[in-house]
Amino acid sequence: MSKFKKKSDGGTPAISTASLPDIVFMLLFFFMVATVMRENSLKIQNALPVANQVEKLDKKNPVSYIYMGKPSAGYEKFGTESRIQLNDQFAELSEVGAFIGAERAALREELIPFLTVALKVDKDANMGIVGDVKQELRKVNALKINYTTGVGDALNNIK
Amino acid sequence: MAKRSAPEVNAGSMADIAFLLLIFFLVTTTIEKDSGLNRKLPPMEEDVDPPIIKQRNIFTVLLNGKDQLLVEEELMEIKDLRAAAIEFLDNNGDGTCTYCKGVKITSSSDNPDKAIISLKNDRETSYATYISVQNELVAAYNVLRNRRALEVGPQNGFTDMNFVEMQKNYKDARFVGNKTKLKEVINQIKVEFPQKLSEVQ
Repeated sequence: MSKFKKKSDGGTPAISTASLPDIVFMLLFFFMVATVMRENSLKIQNALPVANQVEKLDKKNPVSYIYMGKPSAGYEKFGTESRIQLNDQFAELSEVGAFIGAERAALREELIPFLTVALKVDKDANMGIVGDVKQELRKVNALKINYTTGVGDALNNIK
Repeated sequence: MAKRSAPEVNAGSMADIAFLLLIFFLVTTTIEKDSGLNRKLPPMEEDVDPPIIKQRNIFTVLLNGKDQLLVEEELMEIKDLRAAAIEFLDNNGDGTCTYCKGVKITSSSDNPDKAIISLKNDRETSYATYISVQNELVAAYNVLRNRRALEVGPQNGFTDMNFVEMQKNYKDARFVGNKTKLKEVINQIKVEFPQKLSEVQ
């Protein structure tokens, strides 16, 4: 009868998807902000010691990372002594020089003298392995190093 | 019974909620930035005679395998190391250092330029202790450089700025001020208190 008769078909109304872009953008932004670009997955324990006289590691100059520490859970077959990790795998001391060479080869020539080697060493590691690595670095003339640490009171390192 | 269609949910405020969450996470997340102690290794030089350095100009710090600290042949706690290092660097035994405030005893270092801290460690020394000691020694240099910066800074137009802040400002792109002058001041202080920290193998 009436021209404007409501059609009640009883079907479920469509859910509005207008806010879907918002949610997607929110997630996108969140991950953009919170993501730390991690170059390597670690196979070793790597709890860094803390220090309070730190300088920020300048990312303007190229940085190469050398990790040291005890093999973490799941990698016990590599022993309980501290090991070196370069990129994604365990390495021997003799490979450090070649690693630095490879890192240098990937750089533009004018940046090579500014290459900093960041040593990310577990606080339970002993100095023997660190000293050996330093010696290897001296051999290949990679003299700029950085002992990467967290920020905190250095006296808390010793328990 | 007549079927009733479910009323449509108003989604207009969804964007608001999304932005609220976005802003919350923006504010609360911190991006980890690597920081650490910068060091320079000595170059590998073969058959070079080591320069003769007077024993009193060397401040020997020894860390043994049990993480015990031996400073100038005496046992010491790490917390006392900073003060001892400052005293050594600032001693000014030969009186040539006009900006030093040390006690000028003849059995300690001549001047900051000649004073060398030698850090020696065992293979069994733990890395955590080693970093603590490194940190304290760097702190000793920073204390002296900060003190000097507060003296030199005002003459060059940088009041109330210690050495660490000067370095930070120099790297800061937003810093308003004379950067070339700041660099000069930083370099001057670095020359006056050179960081001569040798890591013995």
